[in-house]
Formats: sequence, C-alpha cells, structure tokens
Amino acid sequence: MGRGMLALRLAARDVRRRPVESALLLVAIMASTTTLTLGLVLNGVARDPYQATREATAGPDVVGAVSPDSFEGRPADPAGLEALAQAPGVVDQSGPYPVTGAVLEADGQLATAEVEGRDAASAGVDRPELTQGRWLDGGGAVVEAAFADALGLRAGDSITLNNRAFPVVGLAVSAAAPPYPSMAPAGTAENPLQYCPLPAPSPCDEALAGGGFSPELDTALRRVDAEHPGRVWLTQADARSLARDPASLNYVVHLRLADPAAAHTFVDRHLPPGGPDGAVVPGTVDAPALRSWQQIGDEVEDLLRNEQEALLVGSRLLGLLAVASIAVLVGGRMAEQTRRVGLLKAVGGSPGLVAAVLLAEYVLVALLAAATGLAAGWLAAPLLADPGVGLLGGSGTPSLTVSTVATVVAVAIGVAVAATAVPAVRAARTSTVAALADSPRAPRRSARLIAVSARLPVPLLLGVRVAGRRPRRVALAVLSVAITVTGIVAALATEAQVGEDRGSAIAGDRLDRALVVITMTLVALAAVNAIFITWASALDTRRSSAVTRALGATPHQVSAGLSAAQVAPALAGAALGIPGGIALVSVLDDAAVLPPLWQLLAVLPVTALAVAGLAGIPAHLGARRSAAETLQAEHA
Amino acid sequence: MSDDGNAPVLQARGLHRHYGHGDGLVRAVDGVDLDVAPGETVAVMGPSGCGKTTLLHLLGGLDRPSSGEVSLAGHRLDRQGERALARTRRNDVGFVFQAFHLMEELTAVENVELPGLLGGHPRRAAREQAVLLLDRVGLADRAGFLPAQLSGGQRQRVAIARALANEPLVVLADEPTGNLDSAATLDVLRLFDSLHEAGQTLVVVTHDARIAATADRMIAMRDGAFVDETRLTGGTTGRLGVLAGLED
Repeated sequence: MGRGMLALRLAARDVRRRPVESALLLVAIMASTTTLTLGLVLNGVARDPYQATREATAGPDVVGAVSPDSFEGRPADPAGLEALAQAPGVVDQSGPYPVTGAVLEADGQLATAEVEGRDAASAGVDRPELTQGRWLDGGGAVVEAAFADALGLRAGDSITLNNRAFPVVGLAVSAAAPPYPSMAPAGTAENPLQYCPLPAPSPCDEALAGGGFSPELDTALRRVDAEHPGRVWLTQADARSLARDPASLNYVVHLRLADPAAAHTFVDRHLPPGGPDGAVVPGTVDAPALRSWQQIGDEVEDLLRNEQEALLVGSRLLGLLAVASIAVLVGGRMAEQTRRVGLLKAVGGSPGLVAAVLLAEYVLVALLAAATGLAAGWLAAPLLADPGVGLLGGSGTPSLTVSTVATVVAVAIGVAVAATAVPAVRAARTSTVAALADSPRAPRRSARLIAVSARLPVPLLLGVRVAGRRPRRVALAVLSVAITVTGIVAALATEAQVGEDRGSAIAGDRLDRALVVITMTLVALAAVNAIFITWASALDTRRSSAVTRALGATPHQVSAGLSAAQVAPALAGAALGIPGGIALVSVLDDAAVLPPLWQLLAVLPVTALAVAGLAGIPAHLGARRSAAETLQAEHA
Repeated sequence: MSDDGNAPVLQARGLHRHYGHGDGLVRAVDGVDLDVAPGETVAVMGPSGCGKTTLLHLLGGLDRPSSGEVSLAGHRLDRQGERALARTRRNDVGFVFQAFHLMEELTAVENVELPGLLGGHPRRAAREQAVLLLDRVGLADRAGFLPAQLSGGQRQRVAIARALANEPLVVLADEPTGNLDSAATLDVLRLFDSLHEAGQTLVVVTHDARIAATADRMIAMRDGAFVDETRLTGGTTGRLGVLAGLED
C-alpha cells in the first residue's frame, strides 16, 4: 500500500472514530462554503428578473416624460413626446399618457399613488402584465402588484384616490419604472415628473403658488409617504379627473427602438443641450426627460446588489471564522491525539507521514464540506434571488460555474490547511517518547498575570491562569468573537439603514433575509467556537484542574474559572468587533448609517453573557471529570 | 488499631471502592478498616495495582467510596458534599504525588502559595507562609525556579512544602519516592522524618518495602484488602538511610 493510501485510510478511520467532532468540523467549513456559494451564484442573476418582466410586458426601451411648469403656469405639452416618437430609430410607441399624483387610501392606510391614464385596449409598448383580475376595459383601477402587496390589496377590494372611490379590478407588473418601493419620488433625477399628490385644498396650494416648501407640506407628504410612490393605472378620463387642474398633468410616452441596446445613445442624442445659461432643462414643458431601460434596470438591480454584497462580505467573515473554528477544533483534537502520534511514530511512521495523516483527515472533511456547501448554496440561491411580487419570473436556480466550484473547493481546502498545518507539523516534530507518554505541551508562563491573579477571587484566579497558559488559544477566541461582532454590528448598521429607507418592503425584506442568514451563521459558528475553545482548555488543563481540586478547589470554582477564561477574550473581541463592524459598513457604503448607541453598548454585556453561558457547558462537563481518575491516569 | 490511647485522626470502616459491574467488576478497595493516630506515620505497602492509590484518594476525600465510612477528625467524609469535601482537602489534608503534579508555569514559591490562595488567604500571608515552608524543606534559594529547572528530589520537596501549606491534619503521600534516585529518596525520607518529629500525621503508600520500613506501622495490602500489619520502630531511630538500605 502506498504511503498516500495509508495516510488516507488512517485519516478516514479517525474521521469515523470521532463522528461528532468530524460533524462539527464539517458544519464549520460548510457554513463558509454555503455562504460563499450563495454570494457567487447570485452574482449576475440580479438583472434577470427585470429582463423577464421586460419581455413579458413588452417593456419600453425608452420612457419619455414632460412636466408642467407650475411656477410660470405653463402646462406640459405632449407634442414634444409625439415628435420624439417620430425620431429615427423608434419603431413603436404607446402614449403619450397623462400622469398625476394622488393620495391613495386603502383600509385606513395612506400612500402616494402615481396615477397613469391608459386606454382600455392593450398597448403595443409597456403592456402591464396582470397578476390578478382584469385590465381597465370596464373602468376601475389596476394597482402595481408590489404596491398592492404592501397595502394588502387584492383584486375586488376598494380604494379611494383623492377621496374618490375606485374598485381594484386588477394587479399588474410593468417594466416602465422600478417596482414599489424602488420608484423614486416625483421631482428627482430618477423620476422627473412634477406633481403634488395632495388634493386641493392642501399645503400644496401654497407651494405651487410659489410659497416654497413649508413644514406643513413636509408633514402632509410624510403622512402619505411621498418618498415611495406606487403606480396605479386608471382610464385616461379618470386620471385626468384626479388632477388638481388640467394644466398640472404630466405626460409619458413609451418607445420601442429598432436597436434596444442603443437606448443609451438614443437618450443622449435626444436630450437637449443644457448649459450654464440654463436655457433648457430636461423634463420641463419644453424638453422631455428620457430614461433608457438600462437605467431603470440598474435601479432594480440595486435591490439585489445589496444582498449579494452582504452575502459576499458575510462569506469572507465566515471564512475567517471557519479558520478560527478549525484551528480551535484541531488544537483541541491534537491534545487528544498526542498518544496516537506517538504510536504512529513508534511503529515507523515518519514525521511526514504523521503530518500527512493529520492533514488528510481535515482535507477529507473540507472536500465533503465544499460539496455540501455548493449544493446547499445552489439550492438556497433561488430563495434569495426571488424577485418578489414587483417583478415577474424568478431567475430560476442559478447555474454553478466551473469557476464557482473551483473557488469554493479551494477556499474549503485552504481554510482546512491553514488551520491544520501548524498543529500537524508540531505533532509530527514531537518526540516519540514524549508523545507516547502523552506529555502535555508546556504551558506559557506570564509572571505578570500570575502575580495579578493572586489578588483575585478563586474563580478569576483560576480563569486568568488558564487563559495565560495558552495565549494563542486566547488570540483565537478574541478573533472569533471580533469577527462575529463585526458581522453583527454590520448587520445592525444595515438594518438601521434599511429602517431609515422604510417603505422599502421589498428591499428591506430581501436584505433582511440575507442578513439573518449571515448573522445566524456567524453566531452559530461563534457559539461552536466558544464551546470548543472551552473544551480544548478543559482537556488541556485536566491535570492542573485535578491537582487544583486536590488542593481544595471546588468543582464549581474550577468550572467557573474555565468559563471566566473565555469571557475576558470575548469582551476584548467584542471591543474590537464594534469598531470593526463600523469600519466595514463605512468601507462598503459612504453614506452608512450607524446602529443606535444603545445597540452598540449592549453588544458588550450580551457577548459576555452569551460566551459565559456557552462556555459553562463544557466547563461544567470538564469539572465533573473525577480528579482522582485523572491523577491516577498520570501513573498509567 | 492504634494503641497509643489517642482518638484516631483518620479512620476507615468497611471501606469499599468498586469499578464496573458483573464480570468486569474491579474491587479496587475491598473492605478496609484503618485507624491512624495523631502524629503517627503509617505506610501502606503492596504491589502495583493493589488499590493503594485508590485507598489514599478515599482517605483524602478525593474520591468517594462505594460503601463504608471514612472519618477525618471525627467528620464523616463519605457523607460530605463536593463543597465540604473541597474544604476538607483545602484545610485538613495535604497530598504528595509520585509525579509531583506541580504547575509547570508556576515557580516553586508560587506553587507552594497556591493552597493558601485557594483557601482565601491574603496574597502576602500566602507568600510568607510559602517562603517559610520552602526554607523548611531546604529550597529557600530555589523559590523563584520553575519546576523544569529543579531536580526530581527538589520538585518533590516543593510538592511536600505545598502539601504543608495549610497546616493539614494529615499528609497523604502516594509513592513519594517512586520517581526519585537514591539520594533524592533519602532527602525525602529525612524530610518526612522531620515532619514526624514535629507531630505531623502521615500516611504513605509505596510498593517499596525499604521505604515502608521507616514508618511507625506498616500495612501490607493485596487485591484491595489489608493482609498484614507490622508495628515498627525504625521511624524513630534516626538511621533512616541504613534502615531504608540507602546508606551503609
């Protein structure tokens, strides 16, 4: 039998001999590989739902809009849009259609509706796809599906628009604008229409008369969530009748181009030249504002980009945490494997073979974790790639590319090798006699810590000394908690940002889902780490703990000491993780919102309590081990 | 079994310690009765695996008997909870182990002061006591040395100093010379002799008849039970080395 085969067989037997530890190792690496797979397979699928919606709704290549000049009292002139529809390259059009704003009330909820007047007949361009009910052929209102979902509306319900009752005859999706709540409010670069949704009399009257933006108007617009308008289609007659006056109407036209890919060029060519003199401003009565389908698609993609970014950053954090997890597991396991290493060497195993056996064991588990992570990530991706009710057709199950598979496998093996190499080489270099005697590694001595601890109560005295024996393990504990807290703080910051952008039912829910996945995985891995670091400490200190008990320490003092040895590094890790999380979100987003101060402050005590609780389990089990048996085993 | 008229400081009655069940039942200690008088040195001798160490752990409250009684200064150890047993070990018992069991990362004086710190004594008092004890065992000049920097005999003397740190009623020594060369063994025997002179109660288990011969009383143990008992005078002759066959 070749040496490689021997190493593999020995490694496989040891994996089978320790199923629980092997399973935990598998979970640690799998958490990282699953998240990494999710991040990688979601890359590129973000635009797919918008494309599917465009195809199903005959989505426009360019949307043109003209708006009134309320200050000068000049109404919008749809002639400019008609002229645009005749421009070279345009092969089809629908509109111009009148558009106005209105306050929608449904079951006591108020919202801003961007109302577009449409024909009962189906249009050639921008043909909203019904997801419920029927189109406008008998009057009534068709509500954008995501908007209706947020309001809890279904076909057959009733709404009022500026206090006029309309039956909801259908729900539909369209690709002419980003779905609710991503559509920008009126009067912005992304939505150049000009309207005030509040019916007269209202604070809008004063503003439209040149009185400016008053606090009363701000309050009134907040009440109707003017920041997040949703689309409603009425007949043209109904839409016109909702306007404050006919001169306040906007008009939109949907264009199909011969070359949809050239939509950007079309837009650039037909935007009138703006200049320092400000003679012509796009989107006014004189010049249509134009938006290409690519620009609209980019806004839709932002919805998915955030969660994809969160997943990729999360997978990196999980990768680091997995290294810490495996280093802890391997370190603890090596303490138990010393005698096995001695036996291997005693029967003629070279240091190289010993190192190969130990490495092979973890590489085997890593390969299994990579395969499982790839499968889990691939299967879970559609859940996160689900476009929601605002768009049509999910991206389906995203495809696994060769590069994704290679990256995930390489990361899994890299993580295993990085965490195993040092203890494997150390074990291989251990003297055979010392290994057979199962001599524990000499602990580190810190005179300062020992002197300081002598002044502390017994559990803290023991805890400080346990921690001081293994500074590398303490560093791993600090790293593990720091990474977890970094992820948690980043998640809290993102949650705070999403909360600020509320109304964002889709974006918020989707990002929330991604954050929950990452945060839960980070916390689960950190919990495994805390338990295993404590267990490794309990194994490592079993003899000194037994001696301490022989000298009169109670089992409770010993277990409290082991727990205390984990809490101090956890607090240090949390203290590092808080600025780490803030730095991470700042790097990812210039306009990052920090979590509330109370949340940041709560991270420290919650971390300490959580780690103390988790460490208490293995500490208690370790302290229950009979001191007499441990001391007797030393004679064996 | 003690005939000096003093109430025994350490007493065992019908002591059993079994492991396993059925065919795999091991009777490590099988019906031991023992009385140890204050100031007495008792040696329990027997081959490896006869149950000596288990007996010592039962006498010191480090392990619990399957049945029977153990009393220390009139208090039943077999009825005590973990906390009370820990207090007994802390205040009334000193252990000396064959493998020394010193904390590798602590210096000699830090090892000796540890029982005092575990007993809640102020650091200064624990340190002063430790320094005194190291002086008593002849290692004052090695107080700042780590165990790895000491010889086997010196390590065992540190361990004995640690066992004395809280002025225990009884010192229980498990093969205290098992890992030592002749010279170091003689040093330890002399130290025990000085403890005996000072009135310290000692129970020493050993498989070495020469060591056992230095005690006041030697009990032979086999298969978990006492099989013979001999009263000796060697421990008071002052010729330990000759008696133990370590000197001419």
